[in-house]
Amino acid sequence: MTLRFYAVAYLIFLYAPIALLPIFAFNDGTIIAFPLQGFTTQWFGELRTTPALHEAVKNSLIIAVSSAVIATLLGICAARAGQMETFPGKGGVIGFIMLPLVLPEIIVAVSLLVVIVRVMGLPLGNWTIILAHVLICMPFCIAVLNGAFAGLDKSMEEAAMDLGQSRWGAFRLVTLPLIAPGIVSSLLISFTISLDEFIIAFFLSGNSPTMPVYIWGLLRFPEKLPVVMALGTILVALSIVLLTIAETMRRRGLRRAGLKDTGGFL
Amino acid sequence: MATRGGLGQEARRSIALLAAPFSYAILLLAMPLGAVVLFSFWTQDFLDIDTTFTLANYEEALSQPIYRMLLGRSLWIAGAVTLVTVVLAFPIAYFVSFYVAPSRKSLWLFLITIPFWTSYLIRVFLWKVILGFNGVLNTSLQGLGFIDEPLTFILYNANAVVITLAHAFAPFAILPIFVALERIDRSLLEASQDLGENKVTTFLRVTLPLAMPGVVAATLIVFIPTIGDYVTPRLVGGPDGLMIANMIQTQFLRLNNAPLGATLAILAMLSVTVIALLFIWLNRKWLRTR
Repeated sequence: MTLRFYAVAYLIFLYAPIALLPIFAFNDGTIIAFPLQGFTTQWFGELRTTPALHEAVKNSLIIAVSSAVIATLLGICAARAGQMETFPGKGGVIGFIMLPLVLPEIIVAVSLLVVIVRVMGLPLGNWTIILAHVLICMPFCIAVLNGAFAGLDKSMEEAAMDLGQSRWGAFRLVTLPLIAPGIVSSLLISFTISLDEFIIAFFLSGNSPTMPVYIWGLLRFPEKLPVVMALGTILVALSIVLLTIAETMRRRGLRRAGLKDTGGFL
Repeated sequence: MATRGGLGQEARRSIALLAAPFSYAILLLAMPLGAVVLFSFWTQDFLDIDTTFTLANYEEALSQPIYRMLLGRSLWIAGAVTLVTVVLAFPIAYFVSFYVAPSRKSLWLFLITIPFWTSYLIRVFLWKVILGFNGVLNTSLQGLGFIDEPLTFILYNANAVVITLAHAFAPFAILPIFVALERIDRSLLEASQDLGENKVTTFLRVTLPLAMPGVVAATLIVFIPTIGDYVTPRLVGGPDGLMIANMIQTQFLRLNNAPLGATLAILAMLSVTVIALLFIWLNRKWLRTR
């Protein structure tokens, strides 16, 4: 019983900051503190009339969609190879691909900055951030897709090939539909990671910031904080929707593969 | 199955499949990391890079008190964050694994992971709102009559950094411990109690050692990224809570001294790796003596 009480208290600790977001987003005052001043939707209106923000959101969306697609494609290759017969050094190869999961992001940011700007002398832009985001999203994609591939019965693909399908045809017609929910959840998770990632984008964005970099700039101006709260409210709502879809997909995938749910993305 | 070269056909296909993601990681992770190592042995000569091999950066990084202090503080804060996060996370993982009905487990895990996926920057900023002088915590405690003066030891110092990071990394600690606890064969616990252990000693002598791999994974997965956190020390740390990542950023983007920044990044990584390996070794030793 005390454990259940502790669990609830812990959830309150986890949700405390997010719960405050909408409260201050609708608060009619520029100071982010209690007591509240009254209700307003002014800050949401201001979001619509800020061209710089729209530009940043556009950059972030381009980056997040590209990173999610590339990372998922590479993740499919790695996760499928992971389920196949092993060869010497395979663990090391996969371990190395998973390394960004534990590497501090500032290390990834700094090392790519050195190579792109100092060694190759190229200008920074959205593509530099995409390159880095693919790198940090890939381990998450692989983790999600491993779950999708693990439940597959190998004999189904073999049966399709016995019935005259090519290897690719068997993959496309048999395996792909079975892992489709895993692919969707991998896309959504990497999209969410990329959309929210700050430090790499901070180092690698050129003249056009991404949304988190833009938010970082706003945090220095106290009068802009309510707008940040409004933006944050929208982002939180959006990621809860996306994650719920990802989770539903993941569960559907497990059911399709006839597995019992053991829970969790990671 | 084995054909020429000792590798099966399927093994060769899996090599072909791994080629794309692996080359990506080599090109965009291994080679850039190599470049950072190289840079750390070069020096910044006004606008150019002097490519003569030298240990000058390492000498400077290790002799200047400011760098030593930042590195020491980063390790200390990362250690404190790890301890707090893992200790707070264990009961949650234990609760979800042992007390929650199987059909509701994934709902609990989902609830635990949601806050982690929402804007990191804004979450950290909100801790500033909660912990501030006129913040939510102080005004509520004052309103309830628990304190007369606002608490000042909770913002713009290392404590604030520890609280905020413990919040940010919570799911990273809970999930590995949960997975380890799920793997424990429940009949072992019954056996232990049949053999005369009580609940506490069963936990200490059976559950905890079996959960150790999860605890170790949680410790590493929290400790290693924490050392490189930039946002939290910058927003809630104040001058006494800044960490090594803030200095790395300053060297790269403000002072235009990439070689020194690279050196600091490498020293941070090296110390983390040494501590992580030491921790794994100590843990192995501890498990073996039992």
